[in-house]
Amino acid sequence: MFYIGMEPAKDFRIGAFAFAQKWESCNLAFPPWSWLPCPKHPWLAPPEEEGYLSLEKICISRPNEEEDIDQISQIDTGEEETCCSRNEDVLDDATLVQSNHHELHYCDFHIVYSSTFRVPVLYFRAYCSDGRPLPLDEIEKELPACASKELSKKWTFITQEIHN
Amino acid sequence: MEAPKYVWEGAIPLQIHLHESQVTTLPPPPPALILAPRIGYLPLLAPLIKPYFSSTLPPGVDTIWFDYNGLPLRWYIPTGVLFDLLCPEPERPWNITVHFRGYPGNVLIPCEGEDSVKWSFINSLKEAAYIMNGNCKNVMNMSQSDQLELWHSVMNGNLEAYQRVSSKLKLATVDDEYASLCLQKSQQSVIETDLPAQAKTGRVPVRLYVLSVSKDFDDLDEIPRVDSWEKISYINRPVEIRKEDKCFTLHDALKILLPELFLDESLMNVKLGGVDLEDAVRNSNEDVTSDKVVEDQGQNVCKQPEACRISSSAKIKLIRIQGIEPKLEIPFSWVANNLLNPDYFLHVCVCVKVAQ
Repeated sequence: MFYIGMEPAKDFRIGAFAFAQKWESCNLAFPPWSWLPCPKHPWLAPPEEEGYLSLEKICISRPNEEEDIDQISQIDTGEEETCCSRNEDVLDDATLVQSNHHELHYCDFHIVYSSTFRVPVLYFRAYCSDGRPLPLDEIEKELPACASKELSKKWTFITQEIHN
Repeated sequence: MEAPKYVWEGAIPLQIHLHESQVTTLPPPPPALILAPRIGYLPLLAPLIKPYFSSTLPPGVDTIWFDYNGLPLRWYIPTGVLFDLLCPEPERPWNITVHFRGYPGNVLIPCEGEDSVKWSFINSLKEAAYIMNGNCKNVMNMSQSDQLELWHSVMNGNLEAYQRVSSKLKLATVDDEYASLCLQKSQQSVIETDLPAQAKTGRVPVRLYVLSVSKDFDDLDEIPRVDSWEKISYINRPVEIRKEDKCFTLHDALKILLPELFLDESLMNVKLGGVDLEDAVRNSNEDVTSDKVVEDQGQNVCKQPEACRISSSAKIKLIRIQGIEPKLEIPFSWVANNLLNPDYFLHVCVCVKVAQ
């Protein structure tokens, strides 16, 4: 989807906008991605061409979000059909109320251009409603079963880092 | 002594104070005095520090973290880089505070001990390999024992062991232009073909940390303390060395990484469709032989609106690599080959004075 040519910043921006448009048309349940300029320095106005895509505070907790989880799997796997039409662990109402109160989990997504690898990179950060970061095993629990199986093969180790 | 040896033997004397919230005994324990390797990482000091304070810690689970004047220290940044960046006027010993509780998860990414640091290091090495070789297969395909040996050599500061394992990675070195340029041009092509097995790269992995200050200063101790990571710009971008007749210097590298600070220079001699950097340097009033300071151009004659994004009085006040302040005209290839960290990255700290 992304063509990295002679002007990576410009090409990334073009690709990012195309992706965001496609997202909007395919994912009516989700808010749109925003293009944010990259503030390179605190004292400098960020140049328009340099930026990243941001999608923040997406609720990823299972109990409430059955439909939305289907949507996530659709995007992740591309051509694959929605394979998780039904949650495997459906909680009863009593538990739902309790876990809603304590454990709504959110996720921020950033798509940033990497000048090292010359490709877009997806960064994500999951956290509780009080801002506490979620450990990896908790994040894995939020994923639909089919995606989780795929990723467990690849997530033998994962490092966390901050983008610029 | 060769430069890499100096780099590996470099150390920061630390005076480590336990945070008062975790002191449960009277009198409070004295600070721990520890010599921390420049190329190492703070969490790796935990086994040395804990014995000093274990008897006074409150009960609970330990997760070590440090702060300097209230600023939580990013554990994945090498110790020497943290010191160069946050202590422009070197403080010896460097007084930092250690915590074993209350990890600031909203400011620092999690660190679960030595393993986290190791994987962060390997990740950086992979990135550097990708930059230099165009792929990171060599790092991905390292045997478990090689990986461990490499990591232990970094932890123990053992340069010989490190070079033994890292040479197997066959990471391309930066073409040492300085050596080539010293010879006659006719010999140059012979030298290039004479170096068979060693691959050469034109891309140098660089991590640049920019501290910006709004007030000018004469002495380094006038630089205000950093109270937030938002005051630091972190630029993780490879520098492509341009092959030209003249030597590619540290100054040239900084121009690529911080073009905003050199706009004035390039405006001095803008040609149609391009900028002749060499002419710009020659024609400017800038003193490129200065050890520390790059002077700005004074009046900014701004002919192109997009180039006027910054104020004309932004200037680099200080550049530190491995604790030293290199001259700007130093060949960048030498810097890249000799001052790099074990992760094959060149970590450069810069202090910039900007107009507010």
